[in-house]
Amino acid sequence: MKKTLALALAMMMVAAMTLTGCGGSSSKEERVVNVCSWGEYIDEDLIYQFEDETGIKVNYQTAESTEALYSLLKTGAGDYDVIVPSDYMIGRLIAEDMLAELNYDNIPNYALIDDQYKGLSYDPDNKYTVPYTWGTLGIIYNTTMVDEEITSWDVMFDEKYAGQVLMIRNSRDALAAALLDLGYNINTTDEAQIQEAYELLSTAKNNGVYQAFVMDEVFQKMEGGNAAIAMYYAGDYLTMLENNGDLAYVVPEEGSNWFVDAMCVLKNAQHKEEAEEWINFIAGTDACLANMDYIWYASPNAEALEQYPAYYEETYGEPLDESLYEIMAAPDDVLDRCTLYENLPAETLTLYNDLWTKLGI
Amino acid sequence: MKNKLSRLTIPYVIWMALFVVAPIIMVVIYAFSAADGGFTLANFAKMGTYAVVFTRSFKLALIATLICLLIGYPLAYIMSKEGPRFQRVAMVLIMLPMWMNFLLRTYSWMSILENNGLLNQLFQKIGLIALYNNLFGTDLQFFRMMNTQGAVVLGMVYNYLPFMILPIYSVIIKLDPSLLEAARDLGANTFNVFRRVILPLSLPGVLSGITMVFVPSVSTFAISKMLGGGTELLLGDLIEQQFLGGAYNPYLGAAISLVMMIIVVICMAVMNRFGEGEEQAVMM
Amino acid sequence: MNKNNSFLNRLFMVLVFVFLYAPIFLLIIFSFNAGNSNTVWKGFSLDWYQKLLRDRLIIQSVYTTLLVSLLSTAIATVAGTFAAIGFYAMRRKVREPLMTVNNIPMMNADIVTGVSLCLLFVAFFNGWGTFAAWFNSLGLFRLPTRLTMGFGTLLIAHITFNIPYVILSVGPKLRQMDKNLVDAAMDLGCTWMQAFWKVILPEIKPGIVSGALTAFTMSIDDFVISYFTAGSSASTLAMTIYGMTKKRVTPEINAISTLLFVTVLILLAIVNIREARQERLREKRLV
Repeated sequence: MKKTLALALAMMMVAAMTLTGCGGSSSKEERVVNVCSWGEYIDEDLIYQFEDETGIKVNYQTAESTEALYSLLKTGAGDYDVIVPSDYMIGRLIAEDMLAELNYDNIPNYALIDDQYKGLSYDPDNKYTVPYTWGTLGIIYNTTMVDEEITSWDVMFDEKYAGQVLMIRNSRDALAAALLDLGYNINTTDEAQIQEAYELLSTAKNNGVYQAFVMDEVFQKMEGGNAAIAMYYAGDYLTMLENNGDLAYVVPEEGSNWFVDAMCVLKNAQHKEEAEEWINFIAGTDACLANMDYIWYASPNAEALEQYPAYYEETYGEPLDESLYEIMAAPDDVLDRCTLYENLPAETLTLYNDLWTKLGI
Repeated sequence: MKNKLSRLTIPYVIWMALFVVAPIIMVVIYAFSAADGGFTLANFAKMGTYAVVFTRSFKLALIATLICLLIGYPLAYIMSKEGPRFQRVAMVLIMLPMWMNFLLRTYSWMSILENNGLLNQLFQKIGLIALYNNLFGTDLQFFRMMNTQGAVVLGMVYNYLPFMILPIYSVIIKLDPSLLEAARDLGANTFNVFRRVILPLSLPGVLSGITMVFVPSVSTFAISKMLGGGTELLLGDLIEQQFLGGAYNPYLGAAISLVMMIIVVICMAVMNRFGEGEEQAVMM
Repeated sequence: MNKNNSFLNRLFMVLVFVFLYAPIFLLIIFSFNAGNSNTVWKGFSLDWYQKLLRDRLIIQSVYTTLLVSLLSTAIATVAGTFAAIGFYAMRRKVREPLMTVNNIPMMNADIVTGVSLCLLFVAFFNGWGTFAAWFNSLGLFRLPTRLTMGFGTLLIAHITFNIPYVILSVGPKLRQMDKNLVDAAMDLGCTWMQAFWKVILPEIKPGIVSGALTAFTMSIDDFVISYFTAGSSASTLAMTIYGMTKKRVTPEINAISTLLFVTVLILLAIVNIREARQERLREKRLV
């Protein structure tokens, strides 16, 4: 009998130990930083380089989309230190008091960031963020499968390309395409306009225009010639181009979204110091150059952006095509027709969520 | 003696209370909560909107389960008639695919089924597509297999087929050969032996096979996302979307989970009445 | 049973195996691809295997996967075996409701199990935070105020869904055992510990082994439950793969999977050959 009890106790202790084991991370000598970013969004060598230089271990995870990241944070499933959300989500996270103010003394490389990317609507006083990349949203199409030159968002809803179009699986971008096509502002809070945009999407979906709703799957589908048209980000287009030379990219004439993804530290981050060290490392010119070369997204680091064509020529022994550089770092005339997303009020966000779930049915 | 031994369950009962019962209570609490924490039935009021998703999921899962049964039962039966060494190897071969992660195996199907994928390339090479176009006067470049409900069902069948074969096999193999001999001696032909003796006795295996295929099929989200293209949501997608996906609303997610759980439990309870009193069969 | 299968039956069997293995062979073949595609063959190379060795993210996730599977299987096997013995000794009235609860993790959809555990952990951690803050204010000794999901929660989740499989395979073996054996042993002066080691264990060993194997397989193959319970600091191989299936799965993943697959294949082959040899020896002895 005693032994039974002893055994029961022992098993309880195992249970208790595993339970408390989960919280052990706070009091270790080992320095750690938990980073959450997007797929194919960093030159992984940078992670190893950072680990080797500082002895800080990087736990690197990826989320599917900005909205998915928000869910991860809210559910409590994601307990990150550094995140790299897009502009409008940063606004929302700041509004919900989820981000920590950064100590820019620990991030000297912040000085290298071009002023153009500071003080934007989501973080007007530059207290929470260090920009990571910027770029445009546009349409990618396969010139062997589409015989016209695409200039408008119309193609994303046109039955002519039924079964050939990949719609983005992200409520904000998908509805933005529809809003732009209808000639509305992408930051509209007018319920009727959003409803109209939803109807446009929903009709196109019911007419079989969309082959699939994709996020990062877009790479293998467009590269493999499995779909003709997709909407995605400029940097990712350049990655696809490496594997399929028939692809073209356009920022439609109705205008589009330009975005800034910035690194932030969560308010309840356990490794704030390490997080700032990581951010500083990534914002450095060398890291930005390596990253730009790997992910093809433009860097907000002025030095790096300027040096990139020379860096490319040095690395690959041939000059960088001017037109590619302009897709990566959109010139002013393109940026003029693009708008930054703003954080939407709560009612509009609920409407977005409801419509998005409804669209899936 | 016996009563003392039963105390061995105490730690596990506590464990179950903590990690099986308590989580389900959490789901129930969430399902009846509003975002501000108050009690509400609003999450269930929305359920009607998702009826389409429920029917679609149950339909696809049912088809997949049926196909698994139609392949799995004969296979288990045929296998049981082979020699012991062959059987051992065959069992290992059926278990083995599970050691290569199911996401990866499903991903492999993507490259097979794509419009420009291996299967379509093969059809192109052997002239099947041209033949089809000639016969039906169509102008197809490829057969559309990816991003269809068929692809999703294929993914389910492929991934969960072993779960059907193993329990059925483990029951059939334990059937007493003398029982079959007796039946034959009493004049039953092969078909009757199968229908009157083998089939009823292997029912527990069939039932647990059905459960083990149906439940993961009805709730999958990875397979439908990868092979279905996300144009037609399944229940799993819907739930995942509310918790970790693009439309954060854990209260609604919990409500959908709860309804799904109840429907599944009812289905299983009804089904298990057929095998009442039988022990559930084990996988191996 | 009659031991003859017709040609058609055998053909059917072969076809099913082709169906099961075609995608796997494809994965293995493309792990040797010189290009980074999973559909276009660009020549033979071992590049991906070399790259794999340097890829810390993948190596780390393989390590996490193996560790959590081994630990959870070991714990679940011991706990499950004892629990099964306990259930066996229980009166039917008590046992049946408990067995129903035991079956929940298997009958329940993975996603519900994962989600519900996730909700539980988050709620518990919040409660713990309040408790620890209060406790620390007493000034006895300090408790960590922040618990987070990670390897610990992942392990708990795996143990929870593994135990029922062990119980289900040990249970029938117990019932097949002669009920009087244990009583006889105890009458002859065995303590229950001795009775367990000398009488019960040898009888139920096959059940334990197959239960452990099932549990381990389930653990390795699991994605959904891990996805919801691993938090930010631990990633299993499945989670890493899921992160990649969305873009291009690098052939490094094919490479690591091939290595795991071949290892298991060799292990199982060795076990099988040994078993076959033992069987032959036994037959000889009988003759």
